[in-house]
Amino acid sequence: MSTFQLRVHRALDDSKLAGALANVSAQLRTRRTLAFQSLPDADAVRDHARKAKLDTLRDLPAHLATFEANLRANGVHVHWAEHAEDCHRIVLEIAAQHQVRRVAKAKSMVSEEIHLNESLERAGLEVVETDLGEYIVQLAGDRPSHIVAPIIHMTRADVGRVMHDRIHTPMTDDPATLGRFAREKLRQVFLDADMGITGANFGVVDTGTICLVTNEGNGRMVTTLPRVHVVLMGIEKLVPTLADLDRLLKLLARSATGQKLTAYTTLISGPRRGGDDGGPEAVHVVLIDNGRSRLMASENAEILGCIRCGACMNVCPVYTSIGGHAYGDTYPGPVGAVVTPGLRGLDGWADLPSASSLCGACRDVCPVRLDIPRMLLTLRRDAAPTHAPRWLRLAMAGFAAVVARPRAYRAATAVLRRVLRRSAVDGWIRQAPGPGRAWTTARDLVAPASTTFQQAWRDRGVR
Amino acid sequence: MPTVHLFHTCLVNEFFPAVGFAAVRVLEHHGCQVNVPLQQTCCGQPAFNGGFHDQARVAARHTIGVLEGTTGPIVVPSGSCADMLIHQYPVLFDGDEAWRLRAEAVAARCREFSAFVAEHQSGRLGHLQATVAYHPSCHLARGLGIDREPRAVIEAIDGTHLRQVDADDECCGFGGLFAVKHADISARMLDRKIANVCASGAERLVSCDLGCLLHIGGGLRRRGVTMKVQHLAELAAEALT
Repeated sequence: MSTFQLRVHRALDDSKLAGALANVSAQLRTRRTLAFQSLPDADAVRDHARKAKLDTLRDLPAHLATFEANLRANGVHVHWAEHAEDCHRIVLEIAAQHQVRRVAKAKSMVSEEIHLNESLERAGLEVVETDLGEYIVQLAGDRPSHIVAPIIHMTRADVGRVMHDRIHTPMTDDPATLGRFAREKLRQVFLDADMGITGANFGVVDTGTICLVTNEGNGRMVTTLPRVHVVLMGIEKLVPTLADLDRLLKLLARSATGQKLTAYTTLISGPRRGGDDGGPEAVHVVLIDNGRSRLMASENAEILGCIRCGACMNVCPVYTSIGGHAYGDTYPGPVGAVVTPGLRGLDGWADLPSASSLCGACRDVCPVRLDIPRMLLTLRRDAAPTHAPRWLRLAMAGFAAVVARPRAYRAATAVLRRVLRRSAVDGWIRQAPGPGRAWTTARDLVAPASTTFQQAWRDRGVR
Repeated sequence: MPTVHLFHTCLVNEFFPAVGFAAVRVLEHHGCQVNVPLQQTCCGQPAFNGGFHDQARVAARHTIGVLEGTTGPIVVPSGSCADMLIHQYPVLFDGDEAWRLRAEAVAARCREFSAFVAEHQSGRLGHLQATVAYHPSCHLARGLGIDREPRAVIEAIDGTHLRQVDADDECCGFGGLFAVKHADISARMLDRKIANVCASGAERLVSCDLGCLLHIGGGLRRRGVTMKVQHLAELAAEALT
């Protein structure tokens, strides 16, 4: 059994997880559907947004160069990190340069991807997540299981217990009470922090602007109160203009949480300027590759157009069955099944593209119309020669040997039918032989026909 | 009488021959003469979905060759096999101009069964007292965009009533090899589908894809639920008797 299958078993055995996933994903699906009703020209907006993202990716090096120049013109320091370790080093150097001890973080998936917190903590920095979900994840020593709803796998009671154990709140599962306690704790974190770290939802090329969307206001605190602000962004996050950003923002909140806009949309164009009475003294942007260039050069480059709304997770019958942790890395669900092997390679991750029924719900819901099933098929093609089980490779070789020779094909399928029919009782098979055994763990298998349709059709002609 | 060619699919041939005859019955009712090209084998979908494109191309070339020997509509009683012929063959031959053009020419003649019947349906379609839960298979509804048509065929039968099924557009968990390679995830999806189908109160479950029906039907039997499970062609043929 692969590590993926072990994680799947753990998830499927967790009845509390099943309930939590069903509730939250259903809520998010309904909210999304309702939110799109307030966007009358949704199809045109989606087409525009898709084009803006994919056109930018097609000419990425040039756009990155312009973006960098515009950031610098705004007084922002720009760094390039090819690998996770490069990013760790850069952030630690910035921290040393500004005598940073305490770090307040807003939500950033790329920081999860590169395991930044562990690295900063090893260097003696105190790091606190300030997005409520991520804060709970950090307190619990857990990992997020959804890119928008990081604790989708936890119940209110779980959250209450974690906060009681770790920050000594009274034992309760009342969200309002827990939220109040978290707010008090985090307020002090914002005030004490020397450095704020955020991700970036978008980088606007022609103005050198960083766009952040949040609902809790922690993003504003993290980007204004500490002396230094560090932005971590994947190199694929660019959009050409503010007009394009407008289209993408219309889609992002609707797809992610069913809002027309998130509570806070923050546009950052540099550090505090003379006359400003707030804001950081220095803003640093770290542009992170970490496998994106390799993905860019592959047939699945389109996946870099993902705006991380998480809608594909909420509609995916596989994700809503096994949850995010089963996917084993930062990005779960349909998008993760393409991104993870794309960034990390197929070795160790070949199960992800195969764990899909190719139902297409992700493709339909994607605000930028990414054809995820097509990309899963491409990965399966790449994985088949080396990662498919031996029985399947043999079966496929046999299939190819007979499929273009009708007589041989009929003879081969006749043998298979006879083998299966031998296991049948009253026309049904309760335990299939060979690889078919997996099927009959949860379903009966109807016995094949004794006479094929073709044979019966021929006989009809005779009769 | 126009001649149509039945691409019967593997599941009809090997498991459910009655569905083939039912499809013929319904097509004949609509004034078609049905030809079954007897050199057909498998469209290659299992190989393609499994990532074995070379092997899928062997099947596709054979299928294209057989179907090129005919003229007129090719009717396919399966959403997923029809999607393979119509949408995936041209992808499979991307970069091979000659075969891609041949694939596209065959694809242009392919009609999924329910869409073909709905297109030729005028007036009522027989009589049958039944309450039906319809399962829209993913490749039919999302892949081919055919959803209104099969429901219209069901509603054209006097005495037959469609029941609402919660989350009816959610996949049943079949997915071909997926149900074997990831049988436990597939089973969880099946549990949800069966709960929703049973809650609909329908007496029978109807779909246009035998893969889904093989899966859901086997799941119902394992759970001891007796519900009639049939292809749309069987329902329509029953209404015409």
